[in-house]
Amino acid sequence: MRHDHLLSAKQLSRGDIETVLDRAAALADDPGAAADAHADRLLGLCFFEPSTRTKMSFDAAMKRLGGDTIEMGGVDSSSVTKGESLADTVRVIEGYADALVLRHPSEGSAQLASEFVDVPVINAGDGAGQHPTQTLLDLYTIRENAGFEDLSVGIMGDLKYGRTVHSLAHALTNFDASQHFVSPESLRLPRSVRYDLHETGAQIREHTDVEDVIEALDVLYVTRIQRERFPDENEYRKVAGEYRIDADLLERADDDLTVMHPLPRVDEIAPDVDETDHATYFEQAHNGVPVRMALLDLML
Amino acid sequence: MTDTELRVSKIEDGTVIDHITGGQALNVLAILGIDGGSGEEVSVGMNVPSDRLGRKDIVKVEDRELSQNEVDVLSLIAPAATINIVRGFDVVEKHRVSRPEEVTGVLSCPNANCITTESEPVDSHFEVLEEGVRCTYCDTLVRESIAAHISVA
Ligand SMILES: [Zn+2]
Repeated sequence: MRHDHLLSAKQLSRGDIETVLDRAAALADDPGAAADAHADRLLGLCFFEPSTRTKMSFDAAMKRLGGDTIEMGGVDSSSVTKGESLADTVRVIEGYADALVLRHPSEGSAQLASEFVDVPVINAGDGAGQHPTQTLLDLYTIRENAGFEDLSVGIMGDLKYGRTVHSLAHALTNFDASQHFVSPESLRLPRSVRYDLHETGAQIREHTDVEDVIEALDVLYVTRIQRERFPDENEYRKVAGEYRIDADLLERADDDLTVMHPLPRVDEIAPDVDETDHATYFEQAHNGVPVRMALLDLML
Repeated sequence: MTDTELRVSKIEDGTVIDHITGGQALNVLAILGIDGGSGEEVSVGMNVPSDRLGRKDIVKVEDRELSQNEVDVLSLIAPAATINIVRGFDVVEKHRVSRPEEVTGVLSCPNANCITTESEPVDSHFEVLEEGVRCTYCDTLVRESIAAHISVA
């Protein structure tokens, strides 16, 4: 990969994606192969928002490459609460680490950080913007389970604020994939993402009911609808109930349907799905380590 | 020469911005950062009858020659604007505004959750598309009422 930073899935070409996924596959087969590849290198984990898996999987990936990580601690204990700008914070941490992983509640934060530092910046989620490393592990999971040929992907839930959705939708335009977006009207894909998809000529369809499309899908990517997106509890309950997957619904799906979720889930995937062959979300989560190892190995 | 043209060309040295979309003159001044605070002589004509536009606005700024970079950003709200540079009562240069590829500062991002709306040491930055503009930080598209997003420092 020729990029100095990984800020958005929009910057990834098919070639970039395949380079990362191939390296990830090699590392998954032989995790010891890169055990000393990045000894003495430090990765700065700058998480301005709570995160468990993304942070842990970067931590695990860096340590499996022989390197180490440093982090800034909880946001309440850091200088952020003293009103320091992000630009200042990353310019300080740049002096401590060889690359920065940034999770921040504002859209565009990773772009901004990249303008102030010379070390690589990896966007690990900027508000409702992008989450490109999640997308790489999602694509890895899709390639392993469904392949990229003549692919039909359904993406369901909170498409408006879901950064994993935005990144995945952009990345899938590199492949022969038709995309079906399933959401309540109030949480449909943002105009900026629809604009980009339109510009690439991607085949997309929007639906409000997953039953309209379930039979045609190779992959169903489910995301969580958050309570705080709705003005009142009743409205939320009604919508959340409609955008829920269970084993009964999946009876109608293709036997090979791959069901994914960026996790954590609440109740949008019923526990009875876990017992089916469709359930792929735990495997997907595990793929975070080899994929992030591959990415760090290529970028550092 | 009509009365209107006569009136607007009657400055000695400076810039006349003509054929501004009716009602946009104050936004033009805001974009140019002209608020009269530094003592420049500014005249504004609003909703003046125009053959080409029906109604148009005109802005005259004495003793200031605007550069092409400064005026191109006006194309976002006044695409038909013409710029006349006046020296010794004569129009010595006349050009049209053309769409810039990007706009730095001037507009503020309408996305309240965009990093550029926080107290960070950066100017807003927009890519100019065929229709509208787009924040290069958060990707938000602005296609309607661009004038409403002009930030007056
Ligand atoms: Zn923005």
